[in-house]
Amino acid sequence: MAKPKVAFYWCASCGGCEEAVVDLNEDILKVADAVDIVLWPVALDFKRKDIEALGDGEIAVSFINGAVRTEEQEEMVKLLRAKSALVIAFGACAHLGGIPGLGNFWTRDTIFQRVYKEVPTVDNPEGVIPQEKMKVDVGELTLPEFYDTVKTLAQTISVDYYLPGCPPPPDLIMKAVTAILKGELPEKGAVLAPDKALCDTCPRVKTKPEKLSIAEIKRLWQIKIDPEKCFLEQGLICLGPATRSGCGETCIKANQPCRGCFGPVDRVVDQGAKGLSMIASILGLEGEEKMTEGEVKRLVDGLVDPAGTFYRFSLAASLLRRRRIE
Amino acid sequence: MKKITIDPITRLEGHGKIEIFLDDAGNCERAYLQVPELRGFEKFAEGRAAEEMPRITTMICGVCPTAHHIAATKALDDLFKVEPTSAAKKIRELMYNAFFAEDHILHFVFLGGPDFVVGPQAPAAERNVLGVIGKVGLEVGGKVIEMRKRLRNVLRIIGGKPIQPSCGLPGGVSKQITEEERKIVIDAGEYAVEFCKFALTLFDDVVLKNKEYVDLVTGDVYSHKTYYMGLVDDNNRVNFYDGQIRVVDPSGKEYVKFKPQDYLQHIREHVEPWSYVKFSYLKNVGWKGFADGKESGVYRVAPLARLNVADGMATPLAQKAYERMYEILGGKPVHSTLAFHWARLIEALFAAERTLELAHDPEITSADIVNLPTETPKEGVGVVEAPRGTLIHHYQTDERGIITKANLIVATQNNSAAINMSIEKAARSLIKKGNVPDGILNMVEMAFRAYDPCHACATHSLPGRMPLEVNVYDAKGELVRRLETKE
Repeated sequence: MAKPKVAFYWCASCGGCEEAVVDLNEDILKVADAVDIVLWPVALDFKRKDIEALGDGEIAVSFINGAVRTEEQEEMVKLLRAKSALVIAFGACAHLGGIPGLGNFWTRDTIFQRVYKEVPTVDNPEGVIPQEKMKVDVGELTLPEFYDTVKTLAQTISVDYYLPGCPPPPDLIMKAVTAILKGELPEKGAVLAPDKALCDTCPRVKTKPEKLSIAEIKRLWQIKIDPEKCFLEQGLICLGPATRSGCGETCIKANQPCRGCFGPVDRVVDQGAKGLSMIASILGLEGEEKMTEGEVKRLVDGLVDPAGTFYRFSLAASLLRRRRIE
Repeated sequence: MKKITIDPITRLEGHGKIEIFLDDAGNCERAYLQVPELRGFEKFAEGRAAEEMPRITTMICGVCPTAHHIAATKALDDLFKVEPTSAAKKIRELMYNAFFAEDHILHFVFLGGPDFVVGPQAPAAERNVLGVIGKVGLEVGGKVIEMRKRLRNVLRIIGGKPIQPSCGLPGGVSKQITEEERKIVIDAGEYAVEFCKFALTLFDDVVLKNKEYVDLVTGDVYSHKTYYMGLVDDNNRVNFYDGQIRVVDPSGKEYVKFKPQDYLQHIREHVEPWSYVKFSYLKNVGWKGFADGKESGVYRVAPLARLNVADGMATPLAQKAYERMYEILGGKPVHSTLAFHWARLIEALFAAERTLELAHDPEITSADIVNLPTETPKEGVGVVEAPRGTLIHHYQTDERGIITKANLIVATQNNSAAINMSIEKAARSLIKKGNVPDGILNMVEMAFRAYDPCHACATHSLPGRMPLEVNVYDAKGELVRRLETKE
């Protein structure tokens, strides 16, 4: 029997998801042995023509990482969708928009303005910005269109499964690959990670009080962070309650609170809203009634950059999606 | 006019594209390496809490997240005017050197090495990491995986995960190293030192004992006489984590040495309409186009540049290797782009030695890992040497520490003008009378592979060669020839 064909592709991403595959160490050899990799631009010959020549659905599974920001990325994922029986959104950016999704606070023009004209190191008196088509003295050069809005993979094509995380951890990658090879897959649309909140598996859960209350929000640099105690209990914002488990609690083990890269659990549509309501429900819980208006304001002002905190990885996938374009 | 398109050069982060224009005689007239990608971190940093920057800017690059993490963390030190504890500095530096050793070796084995170990003209199918293993033995492949595993475990111990670490705070780090963990770090360091020594021996055997390669390294096709930039310590020795930025001119003479905070007085960026990447140059020399020489502000960064700006290495084995390289290549500075490969191995050895030194430091397991800031934040600059060159993070904030402006000078961007020049020089030297034999593809690849462009997830990938598709069009735009490099 022919080995199943597998494709890896990347869009607006950082390369960390490719590293995550290499971090399978010896296991990568097992994977490479069991499948026929037909596309992996970072590592193998990239032949778009060869992909085009395949029949519809001929690729067993395409793993696509990165958000969709340019015309070229959109074309490529549409092509892969047509040729693939399964498409897996690999990593936080394909799943939720990820960090590149924070670009949705801005537009193409405001980003170009800052990067090419405003920053103090740029010397650009003529206000040159990159063009999609431009004449140079010897001919014409082109660049792909840069969109105003960053999209998730599922906002661009139909996605069968999601592997969450920034980046997805090796055990979940191997579990997904094994499930695909054995044909033991859950219902379409599933996130291939436990449907539990991170708090449920957090090593600090024992120190999380029955009834959490934050009397004052602390910034990471305002206290010496206790390496054993629940971050929320210390007054530090942690997205554990609003985030899916499965990451191995790596950031927590480095004594830093969760920032939500795994996205929400199944029953939650909007991770940011969930996180905000979680904080709102525990903020100043003790003695709320006795607070003056000024005290309430001070308490709430302690929560800086709520949009960039609670929607850190999920802005593009959220109900907000982006800042309105004037 | 004929145009040759090399698209996509896929072992770049996202995509890269090379356009080569031929004149009527079929010789290369101009060549462009375009970077068709931008994410705009400078803009969407605005409004974020400054202390989150070490965990946001890591996503600029998942290959060198540690570089962004540490640069951002140092920018926070400067922003809050807080001095990290002595142990915290050492923990950061330890993490950083472990990362450096791993990253550099992977480049050599997976990406740069195949051109030499297997050969620049070898069949494409063999010119990859598997070919390297075929030449030097399976055992070496196993050692590479083992070294990577061990060093990345060090990154896990300190930063939680090797890709997108989380440990930097203004004034320190968030996690202490235990005595138990120290042993793991020492083991990793010892393993890395041994492997780096071996890699240099391999370089000796394969490259230096082969006249053809030595001619290639010392020849003109891959040479540019430029300025060089890199961080140095108080004794002008290479330092990846901290120090002052030193620049030498094309004759090797110190041109300027400045504190990272003064970078605005020395560095400018040029914008071209045909690429999303910007081109850094020395402000006080000026932008004179894509040209080398003393009159042009183009400078180079990364391994060879760092060795050229420094007076030596701070560890014994690396110092010996450093002296030897300059002795063989005829003194400082070395201008050959291909010597970046050699310099990279010397740096890997330094990073491994430094990892081991720090692992043995009594203070490395100290519980005194953070000084809390007391000053009101306003502005901060953080600089490190990323594997691929000088990396600058610059933040301005309001009094609550919310970013109002951010500026980033990313490692590869410092080399972007030189990379374009190298591509063009290789294409001009190698493409004659419209003749585009398969062999030139790899020779063009080699012109920028030496820089290990930071788009280079390439560095760490299987099986380690640059796939290219070259289309040759005639003056009417008809496709006359297609060349593909095959696996």
